[in-house]
Amino acid sequence: MPAVPALETVDLRKTYANGVEALKGVSLRVEPGDFFALLGPNGAGKSTLIGILSSLVNPTSGDARAFGISIHRDRGAVMRQIGLVPQEINFNQFETPFDICVNVAGFYGIPRDVARPRAEKYLNELRIWDKAFQQTRMMSGGMKRRLMIARAMMNEPRLLILDEPTAGVDIEIRRSMWQFITGINRAGTTVILTTHYLEEAEQLCRNIAIIDHGNIVENTAMRTLLAKLDVETFILDVPAGFAGEALPEVPGVKLTRIDAQTLEAEMSKSHDLNSLFAALSGRGITVTSLRNKTNRLEELFVRLVEHGKPDQGRAAA
Amino acid sequence: MNDVRAEAAVDVEAREFSVARANAVALYTITRREVKRMLRIWTQTLIPPAITMTLYFVIFGRLIGSRIGSMHGFSYMQYIVPGLVMMSVITNSYGNITSSFFGSKFGRYVEELLASPMPSWVVLSGYVAGAVLRGLLVGAIVLVIALFFTSLHIAHPLVTISTVLLGSTIFSLAGFINAMFAKKFDDIAIVPTFVLTPLTYLGGVFYSVNALGSPWREVSLGNPILYMVNAFRYGVLGISDVAVWITYAVMLAFAIALAAVALTLLHRGVGLRS
Repeated sequence: MPAVPALETVDLRKTYANGVEALKGVSLRVEPGDFFALLGPNGAGKSTLIGILSSLVNPTSGDARAFGISIHRDRGAVMRQIGLVPQEINFNQFETPFDICVNVAGFYGIPRDVARPRAEKYLNELRIWDKAFQQTRMMSGGMKRRLMIARAMMNEPRLLILDEPTAGVDIEIRRSMWQFITGINRAGTTVILTTHYLEEAEQLCRNIAIIDHGNIVENTAMRTLLAKLDVETFILDVPAGFAGEALPEVPGVKLTRIDAQTLEAEMSKSHDLNSLFAALSGRGITVTSLRNKTNRLEELFVRLVEHGKPDQGRAAA
Repeated sequence: MNDVRAEAAVDVEAREFSVARANAVALYTITRREVKRMLRIWTQTLIPPAITMTLYFVIFGRLIGSRIGSMHGFSYMQYIVPGLVMMSVITNSYGNITSSFFGSKFGRYVEELLASPMPSWVVLSGYVAGAVLRGLLVGAIVLVIALFFTSLHIAHPLVTISTVLLGSTIFSLAGFINAMFAKKFDDIAIVPTFVLTPLTYLGGVFYSVNALGSPWREVSLGNPILYMVNAFRYGVLGISDVAVWITYAVMLAFAIALAAVALTLLHRGVGLRS
């Protein structure tokens, strides 16, 4: 007998008063314990879907069920299962993080004697306990983002929905946030994530749905999706002074100039590099080094802030 | 079979009890948050009505009132005290809920409530309780200030308390509806400025409605604040321009109608959910 899904939407539709059809029959299933990515371009319908799941948007038709409970049948019971980290900051800037967390717990019916230690626990785990009794307007953007995660944990949800939780957050804090989220996912909480940082989704999520123009256009395992990706991009370092040279045309390769010393080559994974090098040599352009296009700066920064020096980071790892 | 049914009934009962308990905690949380907010900004919530009412007592009660003489056997100062207390209660209850609820919409932290399992009636009751408590506190402050200017003997304590509770509840509910529809701060200032203040001044705070000739007396009877002021005046002084049972009937009708409208709007998410 298959497990009851953590989340199931059935033909969910939403048409706004201005006639915009944000969701055109979204059917989705997220298994319990999953770390699920919900991706899509701006305006694709992600936030509308999350709005319906968190009771902030009324669906036009269709149903959403959390752990088998329909949002139409028992909204309260569904909300007790869900924790929401919204995209926009949405807490009272004149209240303290501690009060915000304890009050939100109260809205879920959790008495203050239970809520207080719980607030301390999550504010500590998210490293903002030292700001617990300051007004939130005094906090940095990264702290506010972490507070929203702590707040979402106050009802200890079985399903945590994160809508671009790391937008505008620096890399160190982002990593500590993911450490926390992966920890609670390992402990059994189902996580649904929307993000524009695709490398985040790639690293963290096991399954993925891509939504576009209100429709699910892909819903599969992350591994399966990545296997479909056939394009690779290389960064080529060239000596200064080649700027005047015209770039060669290489069949199957999209070659672009980034700056006076850098080229970018996008090609199929099955395409060989020899023809590219031959074409560049033919124009007198020497390639001094080559690397895959990954965010090396991010890695370097993390090593610097976590371990002091770039070399030590690699050695420690 | 009977055992299974009995077990199911116990489960349902336990769930209902836990939901009832959760709702009680949620109601307490909203009310506590509202009271804390009111006390945090006491210079905006408690001091202004105290200063305004002191000026009313000095100017209308002492300076002008001394030339007016007695009203229904009471000094003019004594006559206007109930109306001024009620005026403070009404305007502060209304102002508290509009600014607080609209503020939560504007700052988007109303989403904390909407995304929680709380039913609509708990949200409404919490905000109304907070506004009523501010109304009561301000009313008490104004009453204490009045005692510096005149002596008062509460004629009917139960009528006094029930009227102030009903009056503040009615205007809290009205304020909540105003805040639900409001899209900008101007929208929560329009009703107090253009509706509430004129109705309060024309509600018999400073005069007996019986002193008005026809048709102004009949027109005044369409003003709900008149009934609250007179019920409260009956509670404090034992005199009223309108039969007390009529004042209660009007207040209860308003309270029930406004509560029904507010709950329906909240349930539908008007101005809150898209």
